Amino acid sequence: MDVKDARARHEVLGLTGEDLLRMHYSMLLARRVDERSWILNRQGKAPFVISCQGQEAAQVGAVYGMRPGYDYLYPYYRDLAMTLFLGQSPREQLLSVMGKREDPNSGGRQMPGHFSARELNIVTASAPVGVQYPQATGTALAFKVRGEDGVVLVCGGEASTSGGDWHEAMNFAGIHDLPVVFLVQNNAYAISVPEKAQVAGSIAGRAQGYGFPGVEVDGMDVLAVYEAARGRSSGRGGGGPTLIEAKTYRITAHSSDDDDRRYREREEIEAWRLKDPIPRFERYLEEIGVLDAEAREEVDARIRAEVAEASRSAEEAPPPEPEDALGPVYAGR
Amino acid sequence: MATKSLLQAIGEGLAEEMRSDESVMILGEDVGRAGGVFRVTQGLQDEFGGGRVLDAPLAESLIVGAAIGLSVNGMRPVAEIQFGDFITPAFDQIVNEAARFHYRSNGAWSCPITIRAPYGAVHGGGLYHSQSIEAWFCNTPGLKVVAPTYPADAKGMLKSAIRDPNPVLFLEHKRTYRLLKEDVPDEDYEVPIGEARVHRIGDDITVVSYGFMLHTVLEVAEGLSEAHGVEAEVVEPRTLYPLDRETILRSAKKTGKFLVVVEANLTGSVAGEISAVVAREAFEWLDAPVMRLGAPDVPAAPFARPMMDAFVPDAAKIERAMLELARY
Ligand SMILES: Cc1ncc(C[n+]2csc(CCOP(=O)(O)OP(=O)(O)O)c2C)c(N)n1
Ligand SMILES: [Mg+2]
Repeated sequence: MDVKDARARHEVLGLTGEDLLRMHYSMLLARRVDERSWILNRQGKAPFVISCQGQEAAQVGAVYGMRPGYDYLYPYYRDLAMTLFLGQSPREQLLSVMGKREDPNSGGRQMPGHFSARELNIVTASAPVGVQYPQATGTALAFKVRGEDGVVLVCGGEASTSGGDWHEAMNFAGIHDLPVVFLVQNNAYAISVPEKAQVAGSIAGRAQGYGFPGVEVDGMDVLAVYEAARGRSSGRGGGGPTLIEAKTYRITAHSSDDDDRRYREREEIEAWRLKDPIPRFERYLEEIGVLDAEAREEVDARIRAEVAEASRSAEEAPPPEPEDALGPVYAGR
Repeated sequence: MATKSLLQAIGEGLAEEMRSDESVMILGEDVGRAGGVFRVTQGLQDEFGGGRVLDAPLAESLIVGAAIGLSVNGMRPVAEIQFGDFITPAFDQIVNEAARFHYRSNGAWSCPITIRAPYGAVHGGGLYHSQSIEAWFCNTPGLKVVAPTYPADAKGMLKSAIRDPNPVLFLEHKRTYRLLKEDVPDEDYEVPIGEARVHRIGDDITVVSYGFMLHTVLEVAEGLSEAHGVEAEVVEPRTLYPLDRETILRSAKKTGKFLVVVEANLTGSVAGEISAVVAREAFEWLDAPVMRLGAPDVPAAPFARPMMDAFVPDAAKIERAMLELARY
């Protein structure tokens, strides 16, 4: 940004107050749905929870420019804020958390966080870390072969950059100048393994070796991530590949099956909580006069009510029938 | 109608599908200007350009993963794995990904990709250019595994594979590439996936086989007929997963004597699955124990000829097994 530019940060990025409120809403909605999942887990209604908490800014910032149903998203298991932003509902997420028959991701076949929405071009995700990267390059290649301007956003944690799939995909994207954005949400841990035991050098810096730009951004700052992704994940003037390493933090344990007291200090989490991306963005919104404390409370109350209703309704939804397990194995011609 | 080798028939099938459907494309190592190390894709890059016949980097997981992603976005890719032995880096993408897209998304996504892979022992191939890899993939619901042996079947099944909305692993035995030529129709036709073929009618024993072994079995069957009056019925599964149980069982029940001959390591092979089906479903028709013949349980066919020949079941071993069964 030009130092003499007197405009607010979001104005420089071409964002309106309405855009900002939409970003804020998506982040807060994801947080509240996530919190609800943990409650359902403690109540014995959800066998497994994997969280987006702390990463909402990275997710909303990156996905904000995407055209749902045109561009493609290859999410990873923490990308709840992305899938909600693109059009999945809190009820749908909670159906998935409780393994209900109507779960739109998998009909109760997969753990929560294994997103899928054909109509939104959210490609079915699985558990093996890193497999999504080669697939994302293929999807980007299809756009290129047909001369279309679509863009693919593919996400993972920092540990997903350690395996071959990530490097194979980075190389291929570089060779063919593919319209793909690699978003690495570096949240400092892979279950218990700290970044220093996972990552040599800099993840962002590796892009240079593959011949395209890589940037490291503050992943707790939704505008910074938006700025890095803008014009790339939107397909408007993007072109070739980009790597974004968003430095963020996993506020919860790895999952509901993990006890993170075994490997990290409470003080560390508390220090990161002060950088929580949601209150941080709210301070900005208040500063620029887009959202005051009262309006914020009102939004939050609305979201809480929406999530409570979604949860109630999802709880009442029927479980799958046992025989649902038997298919569909093959698609018909 | 012209006579074609298996290799030519597959190449022609690819060209025809690319001509009739713009979404069909090829990616793999050396498939472009070189036309593949076996020349299956020869001339295709000249005709369709580098965008649709793409020389991929040497990265099998990427090749299959990118094929999956292409199929997600409206394309019908054919991925070539240069040698079946090098499919292992792509195992995750095939087994955990392509084969599960449909089930795990409750039918929302499907994955119409074809993965071509030359397999099987060939002189000079050694441990890593020889393996029979089919068993690794034949307990993967969601995947189809086909292994045609004859040129006309191969072309028709390739078309079926490309048009199928599911991932299909298309196996080509290297030793059958140029072994013989037969009439291959010029007009568009499909040979359906999931249907076995009866090559020879007989009443005395049933032999199921595929790939190079099938050719040897058919030769031996002629010899046994002339020398011993033993009439073998020879059945080729063509599709190894899911199996055409009906055709196999019909023949087993007819002859009451059943043998499977494969080039793969015997333990855990497709022959085991076929045998189990027959042992259970045709039990009351059987006059002899279900028999299997395959390679010994050593890693793969060795490089030096005497060792390779010891590994691959030859005509003498096959004849012994067929006679033993006939006389049981
Ligand atoms: C190939 C593979 N190996 C191991 C696992 C088990 N596992 C799941 S998540 C995870 C850590 C991933 O860390 P990171 O990529 O940094 O993502 P984060 O969970 O921190 O967001 C591991 C080891 C897996 N799912 N896939
Ligand atoms: Mg991590």
